Amino acid sequence: MKEVFDVIIIGGGVVGCAIARELSRYRLKIALLEKNLDVGYETSGRNTGVCHGGFAYDVGSWKAKLCLEGNRIMGDVAQELSFPFKRCGKVLVGNTQEDYDRLLEVIRQGEAIGAKGLTMIDGEELHRRIPGVIGNFAMLSENSGILDPFQMTIALAENAARNGVSFFFGQEVTGIRREEDRYVIETPRDTFAARWVVNSAGLACGKISDMLGLRGYRVIYSKDDYILLDQRLGREVPMPIYTVPSNTYMGIHVTVTTDGNLLLGPTAEDTENSAYYGVEQKNLDFLYKAAMDIWPHFTKGDYIRTYSGILPKWADDEGRIQDFKMEIVDDVAPRAVNLVGIESPGLTASVAIARHVIGMMREREAFPENADFDPIRKGTRRFAEMTAEEQAQAIRENPDYGELICRCQKVTRAEILQAIHNPLGVHTVTGVKYRTRAMMGRCQGGYCQMRITRMLEEECGLAPQEITYAREGSQMLYGLVREEAYHGEA
Amino acid sequence: MEKLDVLIVGGGPAGLAAAVRLYEAGVHDILIVEREKTLGGILRQCIHDGFGLTRFGESLSGPEYAARFICRVKELGIPYSTDAAVTEITEDRKVTVVTREGLKVYAPRAVVLTMGCRERTRGALAIPGERPAGVYTAGVAQAYINIYNRMPAKNVIILGSGDIGMIMARRLTLEGAKVQAVYEVLPYPSGLPRNVLQCLDDYGIPLYLSHTVTCIHGDRRLEGVTISKVDEHLRPIPGTEEYHSCDTLILSVGLIPENELSLNAGVQLDPKTKGALVDEHYETTVPGVFAAGNVLHVHDLVDFVSQEAEALAKAVARYLSEGFDGGTIDVRCGTGVRYTVPQRITGGEAFTLSLRVTAPMKDVTVVACQGGAVIGKKRMKKALPAEMIRMQVTPQQGAGEVEVRVDA
Repeated sequence: MKEVFDVIIIGGGVVGCAIARELSRYRLKIALLEKNLDVGYETSGRNTGVCHGGFAYDVGSWKAKLCLEGNRIMGDVAQELSFPFKRCGKVLVGNTQEDYDRLLEVIRQGEAIGAKGLTMIDGEELHRRIPGVIGNFAMLSENSGILDPFQMTIALAENAARNGVSFFFGQEVTGIRREEDRYVIETPRDTFAARWVVNSAGLACGKISDMLGLRGYRVIYSKDDYILLDQRLGREVPMPIYTVPSNTYMGIHVTVTTDGNLLLGPTAEDTENSAYYGVEQKNLDFLYKAAMDIWPHFTKGDYIRTYSGILPKWADDEGRIQDFKMEIVDDVAPRAVNLVGIESPGLTASVAIARHVIGMMREREAFPENADFDPIRKGTRRFAEMTAEEQAQAIRENPDYGELICRCQKVTRAEILQAIHNPLGVHTVTGVKYRTRAMMGRCQGGYCQMRITRMLEEECGLAPQEITYAREGSQMLYGLVREEAYHGEA
Repeated sequence: MEKLDVLIVGGGPAGLAAAVRLYEAGVHDILIVEREKTLGGILRQCIHDGFGLTRFGESLSGPEYAARFICRVKELGIPYSTDAAVTEITEDRKVTVVTREGLKVYAPRAVVLTMGCRERTRGALAIPGERPAGVYTAGVAQAYINIYNRMPAKNVIILGSGDIGMIMARRLTLEGAKVQAVYEVLPYPSGLPRNVLQCLDDYGIPLYLSHTVTCIHGDRRLEGVTISKVDEHLRPIPGTEEYHSCDTLILSVGLIPENELSLNAGVQLDPKTKGALVDEHYETTVPGVFAAGNVLHVHDLVDFVSQEAEALAKAVARYLSEGFDGGTIDVRCGTGVRYTVPQRITGGEAFTLSLRVTAPMKDVTVVACQGGAVIGKKRMKKALPAEMIRMQVTPQQGAGEVEVRVDA
């Protein structure tokens, strides 16, 4: 058995990482178990990356309250942890009188929740803000924004690691039992133990909840397909464009990422299989058509990637989607924080959720302050974002900044090295990708992936066949072509 | 800021040929900027033969072909910088070059764009399905095997009958991988006939036309692909799906000129070639900025890349000594012509026209007309989209727009 921890967090999505980071403010021995080989690999990294304004939820719900709070603090959190966040606003565009009335209702409901900065703008103002958008008017939410969901999750995790949290990857929890005052947690590789356990397992929240003895939650899965487009287009869309929402579906959005890519999605379809991330042709066709109705200034030639994400939703017996469930059931599972159905707006709300559940924990146990807690995480300095003077200076200080590895995203050897030697000990190819943006551009690694896999071999002492793309078993190479080959310059 | 006559972006076949010819024409104040450790560009990984038949009258490997030019560059003492990346080109021709030694800005009188091309990816095609490891473009697989000594595949299906795809079918077979088949969405091969013969037929690798991959399976390493037949509009036909298990999918589905820096410089692109819009001097829409080779339009033979770059060098030398105006007369694509290079001309000067046809044709004549007069003509027993056609054209001064078409 591994050492005994004070707290074990199950699940390294944005919520688990936010809880890890916020808990590291206290003098506790904390571990986070993640079944994948990196944080944020499921729902947290597969979404629209929008920081929601908090107007779309039921009055009095946790979704409303924590989304608003998460939105309010996002600027400060992003600054402390250096991840990309932009409070750029967003619009819901409409065309008919019915749309107009519906948007007024959205504003009324938003204001009832406490959302601020919601206004109707006319066509002229809309087209001034977003040239080329199709719509006669729009609701503007000034406080909405965009963020980089990978970077945010990684930043929270790295700051947690810096403050003493231990991360264990490739550890899928298969069983939990209580032994006296502690929980024993089994994975196929190891056995862990802790006094406290946190279920932030996202898609597996129902399974972990059952293991804790908190049965009866019905979790349904909603799958979203997306298309990512060239950065050339993102420059022309200054903020996310949504359509008028129905009661069940927010509608397709044309969004811009913090890296300036255009993003089309999501589709929102119920699915049985919470592990299948395949994108379907009919959904690609639907997204193309639906996006063309909003912002018809792209072609299929601008596509660079498709992806899919799945949201876990807690539903009642009639299938009605419920609020976030955050509970500690003292008589069934004492010292177990159970989070169920943390879906959208979980990304926006993540740090607020973390603070809320830690409050619940502290009502039951006093946690001593960690006087050494450092809230600051310095991200990697990106060559692409420096001015020419800064670039020249960076190369003088570290010549690795003068070696471009990924040309289209302008990622240098210095940045790749920092990503390979990340504080979490992640050694996958996508680990480098999400930390640096290398391989994320229009050539999708056509130029740089060979260089990056070679650097992973060299820096981590891995054999070619040990290079892993993303998940366990996603082997990229089958070894050498020739044992005796000349290992010269490439 | 450093002044010089010509800065060449990219030390592949086009950049090398341009540099040598410029130097021989008396332009010595040149710098070739190359991002790799050595000169040669993509030829470094093309270790198969068949290069140079037109140009040198013998069959060379890619590195041998490149070496002919690299040796000449070294003999002449033409300055070049390797491990050097151009990060920016402004409209007034300020070129930023980054190396481990630092960041330098050059102010050349002329900029020559010879960055080559990149491969179309799975994401660009938006092939449905999952995203496992084991989906590689042909060029990436080629680099892994020929340059990095890494084996990326065991049991392979190839999508697209582009030349590199077919060459990789052979290469992978020779290195012990099992290549099941090549699938091509078009009703005809998209690469050269000689490659169908030498890379597929000779190795018993079947080529299925009018087929495509409609789903990718596997969430770790690739497990298999679904293949479907397509109709005459290239749309998959429901009910024809077949699952084939494999661990590697190689894509050879098209090359795209690498024009990020060109766009950065304000150069206007031709949506058909996806390369710069040029006149017969290979000058782009930005004065003093020239382009040739695969960055201008994708070639099927490197020999033509060299020839084009040499024609560019001649024009650049003239630009530096006497200057000239940009082209204003349009060259229009008529029936059967997919694209032409140049897309506009100054008029009055004879030039070499490059073009591709829209579909395979037999016993046709490619005709260039100006105001009803035939100013260039080429008879073809067989015209294939895979084979670039080149012909001499002699326009008349002041006779207006040129139309290029294919007559039966």
